[in-house]
Amino acid sequence: MAEKLEAKHSGKTLLAARKIEYPDSADPVEVCFERGWTDGLPVTPPTDERVIAMLKGTTRRPDEVIGRIPPFLAPCTVEKVAVNAVMAGCKPEYMPVLLAALEAALEPVFTLHGVLATTYFSSPIVIVNGPIARRIGMNSGINALGQGNRANATIGRALNLIVLNVGGGRPGEADRSTLGAPSKYTLCFAEDESDPQWEPLSVARGFARGVSTVTLFQGHGPEAFVDQKSRTPEGLTRSFALSLNRMGHANLVQSARAIVVLSPEHYAIYKEAGWDRKRIERALYEATIRPGKEILAGKDGVGEGVPPERANEMVPKFHDDGLMVVRAGGPAGLFSAILPGWLAGRNKLELQPVTKEVKA
Amino acid sequence: MMNWMRDPTAETSAVKRPRRAPPKSLEGLTIGLFDIGKTRTPEFLDQVEKRFNERGLKTKRVGKPTNAKVATPENLQKIASEVDVVLIGLSD
Repeated sequence: MAEKLEAKHSGKTLLAARKIEYPDSADPVEVCFERGWTDGLPVTPPTDERVIAMLKGTTRRPDEVIGRIPPFLAPCTVEKVAVNAVMAGCKPEYMPVLLAALEAALEPVFTLHGVLATTYFSSPIVIVNGPIARRIGMNSGINALGQGNRANATIGRALNLIVLNVGGGRPGEADRSTLGAPSKYTLCFAEDESDPQWEPLSVARGFARGVSTVTLFQGHGPEAFVDQKSRTPEGLTRSFALSLNRMGHANLVQSARAIVVLSPEHYAIYKEAGWDRKRIERALYEATIRPGKEILAGKDGVGEGVPPERANEMVPKFHDDGLMVVRAGGPAGLFSAILPGWLAGRNKLELQPVTKEVKA
Repeated sequence: MMNWMRDPTAETSAVKRPRRAPPKSLEGLTIGLFDIGKTRTPEFLDQVEKRFNERGLKTKRVGKPTNAKVATPENLQKIASEVDVVLIGLSD
């Protein structure tokens, strides 16, 4: 109601985005479709009162420019972020997370233009750590990678809508993905930090405990990992390696990163043996190193593979910093998930995940 | 009565730029063969270059280091100053 009165009585209001008029007879949701402002799902029409309410979720000025959004490198203000957040269905209290996610996406090393334009399946995957995740009610438990939680669903969606609407990144135009992926709508979740012994992703990436962060990863997914039989950390690690090595193609190597979303029941096997994040990540990296002769190009008529001169090498699947473990999931199920990264980084410095602190 | 909502876009109305007319002939021009940085682009461009050279046309190899990143304005300006037309070895 306050926003309604503010929109009605503050003259031109605080807003600078141009007005798009439509007659009473038109359905505003359909107006958004007709103008190409959606990802294919209905959006919430960005009325003045909704945008004003959204802007109250941040202390940042509406006219502050966050950065230039690819592919057309259009400047994006906090107000434009708010307009798109309304459309995605966000609540105002999600704004700090969304703004941090956008800032992370615009770091050059995230290569957002490439992520958008690639023929591959990738888009930004958003992982939230710290107290903000609990404050805004994000899901890190049952169905964390699925539907049903407003913050998970809409923060990721808003980020992609900003690229679509502000950046002009449209499928079939600058977005050249051969097949796309459902994760291009949204893939955003929180890490389960309920075990104080577990080092959260944000801490592993250099932030203090208790600091809220977003980490952006270029990837898609999830791909299922099922192992209901392994009971030792060594066996489970080798089991993970079998699935990780198939990512993209079993014979493709050293061009990507991946996230392993470790479920509580799989984590329990590591925890009981005293394995921490670093040990799990290192062991997974080492378990995915294979003799070159097993993955040679041309073997059995399969074209993909390493060249013959690497036959006697031990060849890693990933970059040495290429595997990130994130804990999430419901309490029952010896299932975990793999979120494969964009197969573009032939050099590990070329594109990297980015973590940013969430500020008000 | 009219209602309104706020524009979520960059408000840059699309103004189509007229395309430059293609040259009538490639005779005497330098053809830039642009490698976008994909793994096997050089193999493709080798073949194209051979065909051009067999016809007596002048070529120059240009490009960017990785397909993961867009070409920088400096890179594009340098190429524009060195060649007359560009053929891009796009995608796989």
